[in-house]
Amino acid sequence: MTTAIRTELDADGILLLTIDVPGQSMNVITPEVQADLAAAIERLKTDDAVKGAVLTSGKASGFMAGADLKGMGALFGGGAAPEGKSKMAALFDGVFTLNKLLRDLETCGKPVAAAVNGLALGGGLEFVLACHYRVIADNPKITLGLPEIMVGLFPGAGGTQRLPRLMGIQPALMYLLQGKNMSPQEALGFGVAQAVVPADQIIETAKAWVKANPNGGVQPWDAKSFKMPGGPATALNPAFAQMFVGGNAMTHVNAGDNMNAPRAILSAVYEGVQVPMDTAIRIESKYFAKVVADPQAGNMIRSLFVSKQAAEKGARRPKDVAPAPTKKVAMLGAGLMGAGIAMVSAQAGIEVVLLDTTQEAAEKGKQYTADRLAKKKMAADKAQAILDRIHPTTKYEDLAGCDLVIEAVFETREIKANVTKQTQAVLGPDVIFGSNTSTLPITGLAEAWDKPENFIGIHFFSPVEKMPLVEIIVGKKTGAAAIAKALDYVAQIRKTPIVVNDSRGFYTSRCFGTYVQEGLALLGEGTVPALIENVGKQMGMPVGPLAVNDEVGLDLSYKVGQQTKADLGDAYKPGPAEAVITKMYELGRQGRKNAKGFYVYPDGGKKHLWPELAATVAGGLAADQPSADEVKERLLYRQLVECARCFAEGVLETPQDGDLGAIFGWGFAPFTGGPFSHMDTVGIANVVVTLDRLAQRHGERFAPPQLLRDMAARGDSFYAMAAKKAA
Amino acid sequence: MTEAYIYDAVRTPRGKGRKDGKLHEITPIQLATQVLQAVRDRTGIDTADVDDVVLGCVSPVGEQGSDIARVAVLNADYAETTAGVQINRFCASGLEATNMAAAKVMTGEAMFAIGGGVESMSRVPMGSDGAAWAMDPAVAFKTYFAPQGIGADLIATKYGFSRNDVDAYAMESQRRAAQAWAEGRFKNSIVPVKDVIGEVVLAHDEHMRPGTDMQSLGGLAPAFQAIGEQMPGFDAIALMRYPEVEKINHVHHGGNSSGIVDGAAAILIGNKEIGEKYGLKPRARIRAMASIGSEPMIMLTGPEFVANKVLQRAGMTKDDIDLFELNEAFASVVLRFMQALNIPHDKINVNGGAIAMGHPLGATGAMILGTVLDELERTGKGTALVNLCVGAGMGTGTIIERV
Repeated sequence: MTTAIRTELDADGILLLTIDVPGQSMNVITPEVQADLAAAIERLKTDDAVKGAVLTSGKASGFMAGADLKGMGALFGGGAAPEGKSKMAALFDGVFTLNKLLRDLETCGKPVAAAVNGLALGGGLEFVLACHYRVIADNPKITLGLPEIMVGLFPGAGGTQRLPRLMGIQPALMYLLQGKNMSPQEALGFGVAQAVVPADQIIETAKAWVKANPNGGVQPWDAKSFKMPGGPATALNPAFAQMFVGGNAMTHVNAGDNMNAPRAILSAVYEGVQVPMDTAIRIESKYFAKVVADPQAGNMIRSLFVSKQAAEKGARRPKDVAPAPTKKVAMLGAGLMGAGIAMVSAQAGIEVVLLDTTQEAAEKGKQYTADRLAKKKMAADKAQAILDRIHPTTKYEDLAGCDLVIEAVFETREIKANVTKQTQAVLGPDVIFGSNTSTLPITGLAEAWDKPENFIGIHFFSPVEKMPLVEIIVGKKTGAAAIAKALDYVAQIRKTPIVVNDSRGFYTSRCFGTYVQEGLALLGEGTVPALIENVGKQMGMPVGPLAVNDEVGLDLSYKVGQQTKADLGDAYKPGPAEAVITKMYELGRQGRKNAKGFYVYPDGGKKHLWPELAATVAGGLAADQPSADEVKERLLYRQLVECARCFAEGVLETPQDGDLGAIFGWGFAPFTGGPFSHMDTVGIANVVVTLDRLAQRHGERFAPPQLLRDMAARGDSFYAMAAKKAA
Repeated sequence: MTEAYIYDAVRTPRGKGRKDGKLHEITPIQLATQVLQAVRDRTGIDTADVDDVVLGCVSPVGEQGSDIARVAVLNADYAETTAGVQINRFCASGLEATNMAAAKVMTGEAMFAIGGGVESMSRVPMGSDGAAWAMDPAVAFKTYFAPQGIGADLIATKYGFSRNDVDAYAMESQRRAAQAWAEGRFKNSIVPVKDVIGEVVLAHDEHMRPGTDMQSLGGLAPAFQAIGEQMPGFDAIALMRYPEVEKINHVHHGGNSSGIVDGAAAILIGNKEIGEKYGLKPRARIRAMASIGSEPMIMLTGPEFVANKVLQRAGMTKDDIDLFELNEAFASVVLRFMQALNIPHDKINVNGGAIAMGHPLGATGAMILGTVLDELERTGKGTALVNLCVGAGMGTGTIIERV
């Protein structure tokens, strides 16, 4: 059997416990770590020759990251219950094991010090907190924190109980609820660490403390004299009461009615700090079990962590194409998108030839980067190096030597075809050409490039430097080399890619558009505008549908609609949003750009809904208003059905692409894990029932595709199908 | 069922609920003691015939803790056979205590029972007793907890009352209270509060600001805007529950909300026989009583619902009521009640209310019951409906009828 924790007893009787999980570059909590720690605790308790212990790491990469998220999959949703036990009781037993183990460590009766050489996150920091004395290497880059909240979890090995007892409830809540990291110096200031010393002295410092404190094996909270930092943890302490009244409200506002983990953290802290530690950790584990039993955490971890990392590591990259990193990119068009793409490329060390029709426009595109770097307060030489990689020009011959083209010019086929041909005249058709179009089908645009297998869609989101997603669009003739090149480029600029097949609006624009259009449909029916907007935000979308349309521009929506109508001819089916957008267009209400759209934008004041809105587009408010739940259902299911159609039509090949694209492309409620995770969780049969009901009431736009009916009949789910396909 | 009659009603004047308030030096047990003694001394009853004393108190901790009603009974030198119980129905505690006392008489549990209440807000601040409702995360999320000022502003927004509307209501409350005091309309019920050497420390309501006008009110900043819009942002919680509202219009401030004050009140209730034993004339009978619950986030729309319920219990309509008395917790609460039941302003709170005179939480319900009874007698009218909005969406109401 391999050991995960090496033990070494020195002449002073101090047992050095070195965590060094075999086969891993970073320590994570494995069953072996737990077994070895249990054995060490037993030795501390029973062996008189052992006076105390020092816990450290054998990895240069750091002390320990937390639990292995990928390995936790089995826990989520709760497994089957063993004989004579409820499912929840069995789950509690499972999650309480580690919590109890760390409690055993801190109550073993002998002093235990942690010598922390590098990062300690999540469960890693919880190991540290269970030690009686904590010394951290003096390196400001070391991060200590409990970031579980970021993936819908929370610290379940005593973190919610020890951190408040060390640093006070209010600061602890900040770290627990925001998942914020702290530096060694911050940890020292908060009493989370007792010493910060040079890295090569951590073990001797820890040992010296153990030697000097033979009676140091008692945590402050186990001493009779313990006082909670910040005042007594009792309802009759007004400061305690106020802290929770305020903390509850702020957390409720931030988490909405959607997220499980923030509520669970607050409850675990509120209930736990009022009782002794042995009871407190049981309370923590009960809330942890509740969070884990709900599909939410599993869905979030799968999409926000597992699928995201896999996508970034090339899950969708053709395996047999050699790495094709981009050295010099030809950026066609120096507008908002082109300038942003130039910036992220230059930041990634890629040379950029930034081409526009006038030198002034091209220079302005470069200035975009200069302005944003200035705001970041980057060191002057570093900023200059980035800027020096951007070469503004109007001459196509300057594109010579580029190994990737990205086009972000005006959205008409003629202009795009024109620049494509001029570029080809310089570079030839063997270079990979990526179009950043957000509306025009790639297969058609590819006709202007002599080798359409080298033509691909590389769809960025605005503002480019902030938005994490890039949607790669595969045209009918796009080849593997183009996909590999595009994905290698996305990896270089450190964004998250999804790969979709060609379709009008591709995946993200097409599905996000339905959210906006359903909002407009509701508006056209005379629904209270504020209800539409508030429900949109409350269901987890970043902004209401009317507000987002104002940002995009109502005139643009009108023009895209007209273009679609012209393109589709007889196949075009007018939707209920069309009348609303046409009316607004006719009134010259364009949105934020001319300070009048669905909202009014007073000079220097906050925007508010246009008071005449319902009267203008719906002839007044409807007498019968839908409930908030009805509005939510329509805004949600209109998106879900479009996502399902994209899957049915082959625009999407994997649910992972669908979920990542939705969350990172248009901000689809992240707590669901994305639309496909959400449909799986709701159950496809239930989704079909709801869609049929909505279609009957509101029209064919809600009609479920046959794929969903077939899946429902089989009892299938998107991720089960994907797993089968992968196997 | 036995009829329950009101034989006497007393209240202390209300002192400013601050360190410089006249009643700040008076302990809450003293306030409760003095109103109990006044009831006994004014009626000449043998307190051995008082079976129970029910006192409302909303922050029953510290020197208001440990069943202040029983302790007040002992401290007032009542017969030691008289029981005492402290109850809490938030702002309606005083009226609820009276209703409970009446119920004890009606069921035959008591011959005489006293209902009333006490609150020294200057000495035991609001919220001193903690609250699972607001503090416990599981409960706060579930109930969309927000302080009642947010609910009051939400009522104003939802039902269309502007800052001008609420300020105008407040100004009229001050005018009516000043006139009532000037004409001595409260004199039958006021028990001046005395100190330990027997000197009167307060004989009139200290919180009033006669001469308040729209201009002075207009200068006050909204009290709940910061906690609503900034930290911790309660407006967003209100909008989760009321998503049809775009933005809350923060209109309430100290000048159009009930004042924080100290005070106590007591109402003597008994059956016909016990009144006859002491030759007491019944002043009114309790015709009906009710409490309700409604949506807790907006919190303060209960008066409409409890009024309808108590009218139905009494077999009456609102047109059978001569005078309405609704606690002026916030101006919008009264304006919404008038709007919902279509009640003219000259039939409600005719002598002003808590905006002018203050709202000693545990006592107010009993105070306004006494106030409206005095007014029925003064004007020769017959019926009154008394009600209050109550925390967490409740409402409590009582209909009395002169005999």
